[in-house]
Amino acid sequence: MSDQSTGRSGFTPAYLDRVGSSFTDFLGSTAPELLPGRRPVPAVPMGDLAPHGTTIVAATFDGGVLMGGDRRATMGNLISSRDIEKVYAADSWSVIGIAGAAGIAIEMVRLYQVELEHYEKIEGMTMSLDGKANRLAAMIRGNLGAALQGLAVVPLFAGYDLDAAEGVSPGRIFSYDVTGGNYVERGYASVGSGSLFARGSLKKTWRPGLSADAATRTLVEALYDAADDDSATGGPDAVRRLYPILYRIDAEGAVRLPDAEVAAISAAITADRSAGAESREV
Amino acid sequence: MSMPYYASAEQVMRDRSEYARKGISRGRSVAVLTYADGILFIAENPSSTLHKIGEIYDRIGFAAVGRYSEFESLRVAGVRLADVRGYSYNRRDVTGRVVANAYAQTLGSIFTEQMKPFEVELCVADVGQTPETDQLYRLTFDGSVFDEPDFVVMGGQADVVTGHLRESFQAGMGLADALAAGVKALSAVSASTQANGGGHEQLPAEQLEVAVLDRRRPKRAFRRITGAALRGLLAADQTADDAVTGESPVQAAVDTTEHAPSQPAPGTPPGLGDPAAPDTAGGVQADGPA
Repeated sequence: MSDQSTGRSGFTPAYLDRVGSSFTDFLGSTAPELLPGRRPVPAVPMGDLAPHGTTIVAATFDGGVLMGGDRRATMGNLISSRDIEKVYAADSWSVIGIAGAAGIAIEMVRLYQVELEHYEKIEGMTMSLDGKANRLAAMIRGNLGAALQGLAVVPLFAGYDLDAAEGVSPGRIFSYDVTGGNYVERGYASVGSGSLFARGSLKKTWRPGLSADAATRTLVEALYDAADDDSATGGPDAVRRLYPILYRIDAEGAVRLPDAEVAAISAAITADRSAGAESREV
Repeated sequence: MSMPYYASAEQVMRDRSEYARKGISRGRSVAVLTYADGILFIAENPSSTLHKIGEIYDRIGFAAVGRYSEFESLRVAGVRLADVRGYSYNRRDVTGRVVANAYAQTLGSIFTEQMKPFEVELCVADVGQTPETDQLYRLTFDGSVFDEPDFVVMGGQADVVTGHLRESFQAGMGLADALAAGVKALSAVSASTQANGGGHEQLPAEQLEVAVLDRRRPKRAFRRITGAALRGLLAADQTADDAVTGESPVQAAVDTTEHAPSQPAPGTPPGLGDPAAPDTAGGVQADGPA
């Protein structure tokens, strides 16, 4: 453990070695038991024993990128959580959303946040956006064994590219598969069990160069459509005041949209759709 | 076949202390001050990439003088310790004391066990929720650790800078005032000021590395002050007191010569003071400076 390594003689040589600025690599050599993906997983399917998170969507807009996720986690046919958070700020300029085995995914997010901050502190500068996306791919790759037992974690990663060339959209989205494959997405992307329906919705509503407000509505609408057809995705819950979590990353950095704002958008979507339903009945 | 010469342990330790002290006294100085909203780090450092000041964790900062390669590896070790601890326990469980103890143990064992001691002096600062809970730990090359009130000065002519700072320091100063006090004190011994044969009236922004641990910031309190922000703050100082220059140029010029012998000032704590004073060799000194 960590505190043993500073015994009578202080830091062990591994701590004083200046080479390397990756926190994951450092843990791998000094405390591998702390890493997700380094533990033996019993060779039985265990997908239904652990909570799973579901739909995450992301879309670019003219000044950056947005990411949102619903609030449901399921365990087999049960809803194990109604208010789980599945989208997190990875650092000041990027966010990560997770679908799959919730326990491992949240641990991975925590590790990833430390990884980015650790690099920043040691190197004195922020990692490039592509570098961040690659580090995440390496982490997913380490989880392949567990993924095959039903504990897959599939993230969606989005960030503001501070080095983006003039005229290129600075908001970028990266998607992953269970083997650690890393793909740059154009415009919008979704992961999780409701991703099929969310993608269908985004395909019809997203356009290049949307304003931030229009893109926010597009994302909430995509989550609404996913919840409509996927039992593992939760819709906006006005009774419990639980709404999707949305992050916006623009030139100002990553901010979580206040619940009141998402609630207003959800209410507007519900009102529009009920109005549409009434006009059809007539 | 060569026989090792006999040297008494006392002699060996004294030689190592003298060696480390000489190495440190060649460098430029660093001052760490408490101010109303946190802790201010000021280093005379013409390089904008080889930092003497760094972030360890959310509320913990680091400043060092001496040999760059040595304190850089210590800084990295501190970041690693803090991150491993914060990851395996909780972010709140990382304290300046933990980091300072690890440094003290490391420096102490290097000092006693290796031929060449580290030529470094460190400050670990932990900003609290209130000014009363701010902590400044000063660590010397032999692993002694001191819990200092108000401010810490390390490096070249720490005693002279401390003397200047003691005159102008007030607890609970604003950021601009604290920066003014620190820069004035560092300028008094700097080779690049007019008082000591340089071209500047006071240390300019390009020669300074400045950072704060701001207790009002929610998570990561550490923030560098560079460029226009630093020039603005310095300008605010100079309009307030532009009548101030180095007080004793002759004495300061004598002290700035390269390879100046490290003359301990009266009242300097053991470990950095008179070579005859007992070396603590890694032992923790609970009391502050004598």
